[in-house]
Amino acid sequence: MSLWTTIKRIARYGFVGFIRNGFVSLSAVLIMTITLFVVAGLMISGAALNSVLKQLTEKVDVSVYFTTGATEAQVADMKKTIETLPQVASVEYVSRENALARFQERHKNDQLTMRALEELGANPLGASLEIRAKDTSQYEAIAKYLDAAQASASGSAAVIDKVNFYQNKTAIDRLTNLIDTSKRLGGVVALLMGLASVLITFNTIRLAIYTARDEIGVMNLVGASHWYVRGPFVVAGVLYGAISGLVVLILLYPFTLWLGPGSERFLGSFNVFTYFIGTFPLLFLVVMGFGIALGALSSYLAVRRYLRT
Amino acid sequence: MIFYDKVTKIYFDGAAPAVADITLGVDPGEFVSIVGHSGAGKTTLLKMLFAEVVPTEGSVFFGTRDIGKLSNVELLKLRRNIGTVFQDFRLLTTKNVYENIAFALEVAGRNDEDIAGDVPHVLDLVGLSDKIWSFPHELSGGEQQRVAIARAIVNQPDVLIADEPTGNLDPINAHDVVEILKKVNDLGTTVLLTTHNKSVVDSIGRRVVTMDQGRIVRDDKEGKYSL
Repeated sequence: MSLWTTIKRIARYGFVGFIRNGFVSLSAVLIMTITLFVVAGLMISGAALNSVLKQLTEKVDVSVYFTTGATEAQVADMKKTIETLPQVASVEYVSRENALARFQERHKNDQLTMRALEELGANPLGASLEIRAKDTSQYEAIAKYLDAAQASASGSAAVIDKVNFYQNKTAIDRLTNLIDTSKRLGGVVALLMGLASVLITFNTIRLAIYTARDEIGVMNLVGASHWYVRGPFVVAGVLYGAISGLVVLILLYPFTLWLGPGSERFLGSFNVFTYFIGTFPLLFLVVMGFGIALGALSSYLAVRRYLRT
Repeated sequence: MIFYDKVTKIYFDGAAPAVADITLGVDPGEFVSIVGHSGAGKTTLLKMLFAEVVPTEGSVFFGTRDIGKLSNVELLKLRRNIGTVFQDFRLLTTKNVYENIAFALEVAGRNDEDIAGDVPHVLDLVGLSDKIWSFPHELSGGEQQRVAIARAIVNQPDVLIADEPTGNLDPINAHDVVEILKKVNDLGTTVLLTTHNKSVVDSIGRRVVTMDQGRIVRDDKEGKYSL
């Protein structure tokens, strides 16, 4: 008998068994749907959390203000040096003119300030560099480097007016802590929820197979090989996973569509529907792959108990 | 063909032996009825033949092979060569009659054409041709037992083991089942039967082994039920 015939028979018994044990299959699919919903939910909320944290991180920078006497070449030199630091993600140059334009924009409704500026005549603002670190915890190191650079230069070479890190230090430290904690907490919560749902699914499938234990005993008795007994149950497990996965992916469409505008308002620029559509291939692979693997593995392990010779 | 060599089975420490120091030989083509009270050790004796029970002491031989020394794969092959029928039928409840019998053939590695030919044939032999697509729960006890016999004999095994096959059946169905077993035996299969039923044993008129408290107390070539 060819391997192909065996595979065909196992697959057929798996399908037929799935349909004939309709009620058991239904409950397994329902439980698994909830599990996969949790998995997809964890994936989406993880992405949302990351997006929020990233937005917060982007709002933080360290600015180096130059004296009004600093030449453009000096600033450009400094920019180049800072860019070589390993902790630095980006450096943006704000020229004196830009700084003035920004100032005017920000205070355009403040007559008093505007008049004072006019009376001053010349541009009182220096150029600046806005430095963004790869990680919020690295601002301190950058600030220290800048301090050192300022201290080593003297006289006319001292072009740095001030570094604003220390004014923002408390806020930055707090944010760094917050980001660390939420990442760790998110990881732990995801792990616990994932584990709980996996265990519940495993137990449901074990119960489904428990109802078939006498049948497995008979198959042993007739002399069926372990794989011939186990195969159809594994096929049924794969079906539980695949069907549940499809149900979850289909349900996520209206669910994220409904949640989309609200999520964007609440989480800044993160829209769950856009995320769902954008990462659908990955989401499909994760949900289906996880469901199928979980179903097959649960069945495999559950049948093993009742296999004996 | 079958030889129990000083076989003892003790299920757990301190228990009385279910089977005590039994030596018994069965020749090919024999029809052996094993009788005795409940707990006499009849079922244990039979289960040792297909290694569902492993002897505490002694060996069971099938042909020249010691069953206790077979690998898992060899054991599965051996089981395909031993048909089994039980009091509680042990059918696959989620499979219909055709699939129940086909399963035994599939396990033995037969192709689909053979199976499609053999299943109706064996159902004809046990008189159940019209129930081929029924599920076990749609059949009476007698019918279920006949399906079990059909499954047991479809691979043309060397040995058919029937453990209390008439225990759950009324006299007419019991008689039918015994007639089928006799027919199977006439076709050359060795049959080992355990039963409580006096009229069944008396109607067969072949070898009768009587057990009591794990021991063989009588072994008559053409015996009657006597306890």
